[in-house]
Amino acid sequence: MAELTIRQAIQRGLEEALQNDPNVFIMGEDIGKYGGAYAVTSGFLEKYGPKRIKDTPISEATFIGAGVGAAAAGLRPVIEIMSISFSLVAFDQIVNMAANLRYMSGGQIKVPMVIRAPTGAGAQLAATHSQSFETWLAEVPGIKCVAPSTPADALGLLRSALSDGNTVIFAEPAQMYGVKGDVPDGRFTVPIGKASVQRSGGDVTLVSYGHGMRVLHSAAEDLAKRGIEAEVVDLRSLSPLDMDTIVASVHKTNRALTLDMARRTGGIMAEVAARLQEAASDWLDGPVARVGAEDVPWPYNRELEQEALPRVEDVLASLKKSYGI
Amino acid sequence: MQAWCFICFNGSVMPDTPHIHRSAAAASNPLAQEPLPKIGLSPEDLAQMYRTMVLSRTLDERIYQLNRGGKAAIFGSAQGHEAAQIGCIRGTDPSRDHYLIYYRQLTAMLALGTTPLELLLGFLAREGEPLSMARQFPLHGAHPRVDLFSFSNVVATQVPQAVGVALADRMRQEDRVTIVFFGDGAASQGDTHEGMNFAAIHKLPVVFFCENNRFAISVPLRKQMAVENISSRAAGYGFPGVTVDGTDMIAVYEAVSAAVARARAGQGPTLIEAMVYRLLPHTTDDDHTRYLTKEEIDLMHREGDPIPKAAKLLRDRGLLSAAEEQTVKAEAQRTVNEATEKAEAAPYPPVEEMYRHVYSNSSGPSGKGSQ
Repeated sequence: MAELTIRQAIQRGLEEALQNDPNVFIMGEDIGKYGGAYAVTSGFLEKYGPKRIKDTPISEATFIGAGVGAAAAGLRPVIEIMSISFSLVAFDQIVNMAANLRYMSGGQIKVPMVIRAPTGAGAQLAATHSQSFETWLAEVPGIKCVAPSTPADALGLLRSALSDGNTVIFAEPAQMYGVKGDVPDGRFTVPIGKASVQRSGGDVTLVSYGHGMRVLHSAAEDLAKRGIEAEVVDLRSLSPLDMDTIVASVHKTNRALTLDMARRTGGIMAEVAARLQEAASDWLDGPVARVGAEDVPWPYNRELEQEALPRVEDVLASLKKSYGI
Repeated sequence: MQAWCFICFNGSVMPDTPHIHRSAAAASNPLAQEPLPKIGLSPEDLAQMYRTMVLSRTLDERIYQLNRGGKAAIFGSAQGHEAAQIGCIRGTDPSRDHYLIYYRQLTAMLALGTTPLELLLGFLAREGEPLSMARQFPLHGAHPRVDLFSFSNVVATQVPQAVGVALADRMRQEDRVTIVFFGDGAASQGDTHEGMNFAAIHKLPVVFFCENNRFAISVPLRKQMAVENISSRAAGYGFPGVTVDGTDMIAVYEAVSAAVARARAGQGPTLIEAMVYRLLPHTTDDDHTRYLTKEEIDLMHREGDPIPKAAKLLRDRGLLSAAEEQTVKAEAQRTVNEATEKAEAAPYPPVEEMYRHVYSNSSGPSGKGSQ
């Protein structure tokens, strides 16, 4: 067991892959001498050389499109997008191509690629630099989508992503690279498509992922002071979605709240809430409580941005409204 | 509106001003007069190229009929593009090179070894269709035998992907060239610019092959770009660009052979612009009489049909008698008839097929062909 940050855990996963799999290479903007916008690939160029650590021009559509081509041709590219907000100019290559090629070719073409991208608001980067498009990408069949909130999950999920036969979107909560946690020794993996119960409790199920987990844990502490034991569930995988874990928790608690740090409308947690209504309405003591970011473009002003983001008090108020607790 | 010469498709040339037509200028290709060994093609090569062109035209006409009969949903005809495609494929090495095609490439697909039956199974969306298992827009599929990549309906996506395929070859030190096809319409997409720039930076072994038929569906060149030739853009990326008469299979073959040799020698990409005419509307859903006059369409067929031109080339060299010309046509007709019968008799895929191949269940790096 070692204590690592999420950044260090991702670095460890990438370095293992670079050392053990000659087909792995990393491509993206400023990942070489600069070390990546969030310093994840710091020192990689010196260690692994320019053949495998490729700085690219500012051409997201092309370095992701080239990743699709290289993956189909037998390599395993790891693409770093500087912000998931910038993925939009490459959405065609991700959504129409990486996700569809296998199906459209009747199983002939595989695109085993990992697309890493920092995601989320909270750093005053404004509307075009604070998006959470993993929540859009989770809807697309043919690709998988994960978002770790702990160092152990970051490493375990990255290992799984790097041995998956499909394109995996690896959304890294941008404000959580420095979060520390224990990481087991040895080559453990975290399966894609399996949620994690991070805190056990019998009174209410709280579900989110990524940045949302910090809010949920704070809310659970507040609830505990009032004698309410919350079960805190981290999706970890947005696609495939593990409803079994969430439904099992609701069977125990009869109450559920979903929290989305992305905009409330149309996000992945809206899907979780809808599926809970389908699968567990008989078990719920009231409507699924839903909390999400305001449906506005991300403002630059710090106070406005914080106002748009969900907070602990929003979670508590929503529980009060749905369940009177 | 500015007048422009239809044949030259050039707004700077007035139709009533005496000038040498662009296509006619290109057509006076000195190579066409050279002895065969100097060109690098045998008499049998030329005959084979001609036969494939005729087969393509015959199949093309059949697919049109099937569409009009309500049996094939949609088709972008290759009529007029045959010489460009056959000349291009002949200049490459299908035993090792990669091909990222676009939607108007019936001739290229036949030249690469895809059979008329396979293509018709695709148009009719029947079980056993090898390109996509009846999932993909016709002609857009991959192929288990032929190194073909599946193509998107979003124009120009294949350009960055081709660059990635070439990058993979470079990283594995494999001696293979990637040929990526696109039209003049795709030349305006950002993906094309970005992809060419990326290939130039890494000097990748790519041949960018543009079939310039002078129309993006209905939009003429003069409304697509302010330069006369797409090939001139290559200079901006830092590699050579050439324009050739795409109705002359030998001219195209020569240009592609040189570009492939350059790529194999590690000298990087080349952009080839083959000037062709799209003899039919954009697709079976289009009606080009809405944006072309009858005179223009007639002129295009007279000036721009590559098949009579190829026949003349063979006749001039004593490689094709009138009787042989008829035999080639009859053979193509028979092949297409047989394939049509077989394709129409094939069943549709079962509904369960819809759920297959969404995800790969295997781990491990892989490429095309593996599950």
